[in-house]
Amino acid sequence: MARSVSNRRKTINTALAWAVGLIIFFPILWTILTSFKTEGDAIAYPPKFLFFDWTLENYSIVQERSNYMRYLWNSIIIAGGSTILGVLIAVPAAWSMAFVPSKRTKDILMWMLSTKMLPAVGVLYPIYLVFIKLGLLDTRIGLVIVLMLINLPIIVWMLYTYFKEIPSEILEAARMDGATLKSEILYVLTPMAVPGIASTILLNVILAWNEAFWTLNLTAAKAGTLTAFIASYSSPEGLFYAKLSAASTMAIAPILIMGWFSQKQLVRGLTFGAVK
Amino acid sequence: MSKKRTLLNTVVFAGFAVSSAFAASAEEITIATVNNGDMIRMQGYSSEFTAATGIDVNWVTLEENVLRERVTTDITTKGGQFDIMTIGMYETPIWGKSGWLVPLNDLSADYDAADILPAMSGGLSYDGTLYAAPFYGESSMVMYRSDLMEKAGLTMPEAPTWDFIREAAAKMTDRANDINGICLRGKAGWGEGGAFITAMSNSFGARWFDENWKPTFDSEAWHNTLSFFKGMMDESGPAGYATNGFNENLSLFQQGKCGMWIDATVAASFVTNPKDSTVADKVGFALAPDNGLGKRSNWLWAWALAIPAGTQHEADAKKFIEWATSKSYIEMVAAKEGWANVPPGARTSLYENPEYQKVPFAKMTLDSILSADPLHPTVDPVPYVGVQFAAIPEFAGIATDVSQEFSNAYAGQQSVEDALAKAQAIATEAMEAAGY
Repeated sequence: MARSVSNRRKTINTALAWAVGLIIFFPILWTILTSFKTEGDAIAYPPKFLFFDWTLENYSIVQERSNYMRYLWNSIIIAGGSTILGVLIAVPAAWSMAFVPSKRTKDILMWMLSTKMLPAVGVLYPIYLVFIKLGLLDTRIGLVIVLMLINLPIIVWMLYTYFKEIPSEILEAARMDGATLKSEILYVLTPMAVPGIASTILLNVILAWNEAFWTLNLTAAKAGTLTAFIASYSSPEGLFYAKLSAASTMAIAPILIMGWFSQKQLVRGLTFGAVK
Repeated sequence: MSKKRTLLNTVVFAGFAVSSAFAASAEEITIATVNNGDMIRMQGYSSEFTAATGIDVNWVTLEENVLRERVTTDITTKGGQFDIMTIGMYETPIWGKSGWLVPLNDLSADYDAADILPAMSGGLSYDGTLYAAPFYGESSMVMYRSDLMEKAGLTMPEAPTWDFIREAAAKMTDRANDINGICLRGKAGWGEGGAFITAMSNSFGARWFDENWKPTFDSEAWHNTLSFFKGMMDESGPAGYATNGFNENLSLFQQGKCGMWIDATVAASFVTNPKDSTVADKVGFALAPDNGLGKRSNWLWAWALAIPAGTQHEADAKKFIEWATSKSYIEMVAAKEGWANVPPGARTSLYENPEYQKVPFAKMTLDSILSADPLHPTVDPVPYVGVQFAAIPEFAGIATDVSQEFSNAYAGQQSVEDALAKAQAIATEAMEAAGY
């Protein structure tokens, strides 16, 4: 009897999980489906779910009108570059906070996190003016720096949490065996924290890939990322829903595929240390 | 340590210098533009400009509200990211007055600037100087289903009144068959529902500000405007009209779910295009309605090309503007895609062309444009220029908030009286804060 109740609960839980999953995924599914419709079918009421004239016309128009590869390449460089730079800075910072904390470590961590609460538009003009002075407007290096700075508090926080899980005695043992600080971080700490570092990298690539405020405001014709590519198909005067959906599908496809293949690491990393 | 730092500085600044050098390439211009059919067509043909002049063209296409914010940031900080900006009649006189745009009073004789429709050149000038060249212009007009009008036993006059429109809308409404007598913009936003209700209010004798810049939402004329709009739309409009903008109404009309639609004249080519519209062969056109007070409810707008002051490529930018807004560009598009697809509403010569006169909506578009007067938009005098807007920097912010209050009233979340009282308070506070 107890077993049958348990099975029923399992079934209900599974069904609920699927329902929640489908609700979360539905906007993406709808975008993908719309990308295969004509503009007429895209706005049809009642909406057409699967039974419409499937077409690849929107993808062909988007390919013809925009240089997708340039936007994609910019996104890869900017998301990848800002994450790598962020991790290079955050690993030593998180090490120091986790293993050599000072009286003010907690305050510093909170202060770093508080910078995330500042509305981005509040610093748009100062950053824009600095970028003009430094010649960084519409450059990939400029965006790498800005996105790295924006995501740095999250990277440091995540790595700090993972490093705190590692027993400091192991590092002490390495030190007693003669390991230098560099060797200790590179050959002892980093290999032990690989799942945490991997999930931090994955999460930050996703955050940088999807970032739209700075990538739209600090770029023009050269360093535009896939968010600028999507924005170019939005219009309040004229029907572009199917083309916009095709552009969106092309923009999210790489990160969706990456997320799919790395979901195990992502979940493992995000839940690391969650149960104590 | 000092050597290392010097080396690092050298590398960093060399990187900046290289990136700046790339940004300042000579035979290249960057254009910020909006995403609509005519602009996309121009992008497609810009390779012909490059072939003729050797000047490469880079495009930055954005949704119009994003574009406004983006180019405003760049022009106010002198960022120099764009050599040409696509702006409208609202921004042009304000930015021209501020010295942010290059005057276009030295365009070549071949360009024939005198051929630009006076309503367009007037709205794109400040103090008699043209600051932006119109790529295409538009007004608003009535687009109606001729079959449903006939079924209702009515004949649409060429210049209808609001009373006729309301009566026709009620008769054309067929809820059982999902046909709404009239579809109008109710969506919040100064360029969406805000533009429509402002143009409509002109025909009801209302105005945004009196001669002393005092808001007038406490007037009877505004009460009549909003009450009439809400009453008519509640009777004959589509469900959820408070959130409908241009695209939503276009979609409804193309699917045969609207008896009438009063909106931008550029929509005429969409609703008569059999590829997208199920009612393409059943559409008639009329002037936007009036109330017998001497002002109609049509607006006036142009998407125009302007050069930001301080660009490094002023001469190349002027060449492009002359090419894109010329008579020969219109002829090229006509030859390749037909006269119905040329950018309308900018040049007098287009409407004198016998071939263009055959396009079904050409005459009504011109008549609508000519009947809008941005210098005298209202029944009573006003201190501002603009038909569906007041060309002052504060307007966009105020009108966005005011139109939100109006949308809330359309949705039944508050009364018309409450919406107008809030609009009066919003506008008064903002104008006082701005020093008017």
